Amino acid sequence: MKKNVPLILAFISGMLILVAGFIPHYPFAMLEETLTNWFMIISSFAILLGQSSLIQANVTRVARRSPNWQYHLAGLISFGLMVAFGLLWGMEHTPGIFGHGEAVVRNLGIKPFDYVFEYAYMPLSATMFALLAFYIASAAYRAFIIRSFESNLLMITAVIVMLGRTSFATLLTSWIPQSWSFLRLPEITDFIMQYPNTAAQRAILISASLGIVGASLRIILGIERSYLGGGK
Amino acid sequence: MSKLDRTQIERRIVFLVLVIAVALPLIFPLGMKTYGTPLTKKAYDLVENTPPKSVVIISFDYDPSTVTELQPMALAVIEHAWKKEHRVIATAMWPQGSKMADLAFAEVQKKFNNEKVYGLDYVNLGYKVGGMVVIQGMGRNFKTVFPKDTSGLDYEDIELLRPVKSLRDIKYVVSLSAGDPGLRDWIMTAKGKYDVPVAGGTTAVSAPGFLPYVNDQNQLYGLMGGMKAAAEYELLLGYEGSASLNMNPQSVAHILILILIAIGNVKAWRKRKADAKQGEVKNG
Amino acid sequence: MADLMTVLGIWLGAFFTLSIFSFLYKDNPFYKLSEQIFVGLSAGYWLIYTIYNILVPNLFNLLLTDFANNWLLLIPFALGLMMLLRMIPSLQWVSRYPIAIMVGTTAAIYMLLSFKADFLSQIAATMINPFKFTSAVDVVGTILLIIGTLCGVYFFYFSRKKEGVFAVPSKIGIWFLMVSFGASFGYTVMARISLLIGRLDFLLRDWLHIIR
Repeated sequence: MKKNVPLILAFISGMLILVAGFIPHYPFAMLEETLTNWFMIISSFAILLGQSSLIQANVTRVARRSPNWQYHLAGLISFGLMVAFGLLWGMEHTPGIFGHGEAVVRNLGIKPFDYVFEYAYMPLSATMFALLAFYIASAAYRAFIIRSFESNLLMITAVIVMLGRTSFATLLTSWIPQSWSFLRLPEITDFIMQYPNTAAQRAILISASLGIVGASLRIILGIERSYLGGGK
Repeated sequence: MSKLDRTQIERRIVFLVLVIAVALPLIFPLGMKTYGTPLTKKAYDLVENTPPKSVVIISFDYDPSTVTELQPMALAVIEHAWKKEHRVIATAMWPQGSKMADLAFAEVQKKFNNEKVYGLDYVNLGYKVGGMVVIQGMGRNFKTVFPKDTSGLDYEDIELLRPVKSLRDIKYVVSLSAGDPGLRDWIMTAKGKYDVPVAGGTTAVSAPGFLPYVNDQNQLYGLMGGMKAAAEYELLLGYEGSASLNMNPQSVAHILILILIAIGNVKAWRKRKADAKQGEVKNG
Repeated sequence: MADLMTVLGIWLGAFFTLSIFSFLYKDNPFYKLSEQIFVGLSAGYWLIYTIYNILVPNLFNLLLTDFANNWLLLIPFALGLMMLLRMIPSLQWVSRYPIAIMVGTTAAIYMLLSFKADFLSQIAATMINPFKFTSAVDVVGTILLIIGTLCGVYFFYFSRKKEGVFAVPSKIGIWFLMVSFGASFGYTVMARISLLIGRLDFLLRDWLHIIR
């Protein structure tokens, strides 16, 4: 009941999609449509579950006064604010419980939900990832060292591509005559991307797809059960 | 000074130099022009050669973290599609994508003097969870997946959606994608299963991985990779937008990274030499 | 008032931007605060969009306005609620039912579509006659493409110990992979620098008005 029924459900839903893939007609097409629609709804609850777990973890930290609990409290408050703004006045075109909140919009310029999104969420999200620019510069300085033939290949390609994708690339090699234009930096970069890079990426795709087929079959046939988690 | 302190200081110097290398060309643009590549041109041609009044999808599969790379692409593609009188459906595989679509439409509307009509020239259907499964659902029945748009309008009440029963009624899809779910799902499902032409705009990080799809099977009609491609698209449309301007600091920063690699290698080479010398002394 | 709030918003954005960047010096309270606010806002945003964009139009609205034609939606609704029971340790096992349906569906869809797009189509796209091209660059490139793909797959798939002549394709495959990783590094640099440009552009243009 606790393990066999889920395995049967995974088998049925998987087989249904597989059969509909080969026989895209009634009733399989209709069943596939129904299942994909259900999938979307169930996934939404999975998102709710994720949010609930996050809140639960943060509330526990704050309640137990764990180290740095104040920051987790700030996280909870910002979560509460975003949800409250969204529920009360909605966002952009979507109305909330209080409709479109014209009075609030007059004062803020936009809805509170959108205000927080534009002036807090956007800078936070963009800056968080912008930090990576510094780390890649530091990595280039400290770790990108010539060691072997293979690492030379990697570095030479990286240097050509980095240089070739700048606006300097055209300036640097524009003196090369048209008949030898394939030696110009932008052209060499295009060549690397179009042929050797594509070849390697294609090999990865082909190999990975066979892996996906194997893993999917194991799931549908009930051989792979790790997604059910431990316990009884 | 301990080795750790020296490493820390070196790191901070690298950080500071990077900020300067990016900030200076932003303040004092070098006026450099970018060059076009066939991959961006191919994506441009797909939009260019699609007849007027066609209903198309631009999918906003990204969030604010990649806005510098993908938002200029979104602006350029929307502008191009509207110039060609295409009717644009915005979808989003990422929840924040729906908001990015609103911001992009509002920005491009300014260029068109707010003449484009919501519901007729464009519509935002918003975010749905599920990636490939959602696209598969669109292939069967568009309305089941999107019974309403983001403003709560019913599917039947939106004029541009009337001829759209399934994904097969869409003339092309441009997925602006920062990862999964995104462009790969559109290639596999929209093109792979329903034969709808798909073009893509991705962050530069993921661009090399998508190149195998640009092939004679036309799994992907052109690929815009990163801010450079956005600048190329702006160039093709005949204007200098944020991507074109930002190619100045981008180019200078690339040169800086190359210099850093060179310095790092010289240092490593000197260290290796010193170590070898020390080894020789030890071994007599 | 709205203009004042816009200015305040830009200052708020600048504060968060600088707070996150302060991590480059060392971990500090400003960074920790901003990090947690980011997590909280992100979760809140996602929750609201899930409710307004999916649960209301695709489930609740249909059940409330046209129950007779949509009563079947009670099944995914119930499965969704079962998913939430994962929060209660003694009833965790109930969530396996909806998870199994999701996993089974996803596995089958990925299997079909990935096999076609990443296996069959990729093999078809590699079967090109290099000599149909007129340009020497394309001929050489296409030959490299074919060799690189075959050697790459050989490297990944034939895992027996490779010695002598059997090691050659594997070695060539690695070279192609190295070239590709180099190209990826170049593109990664490009991507990361773009993000930094975006933030500095915000600080210098919107906040400090140094760029106009």
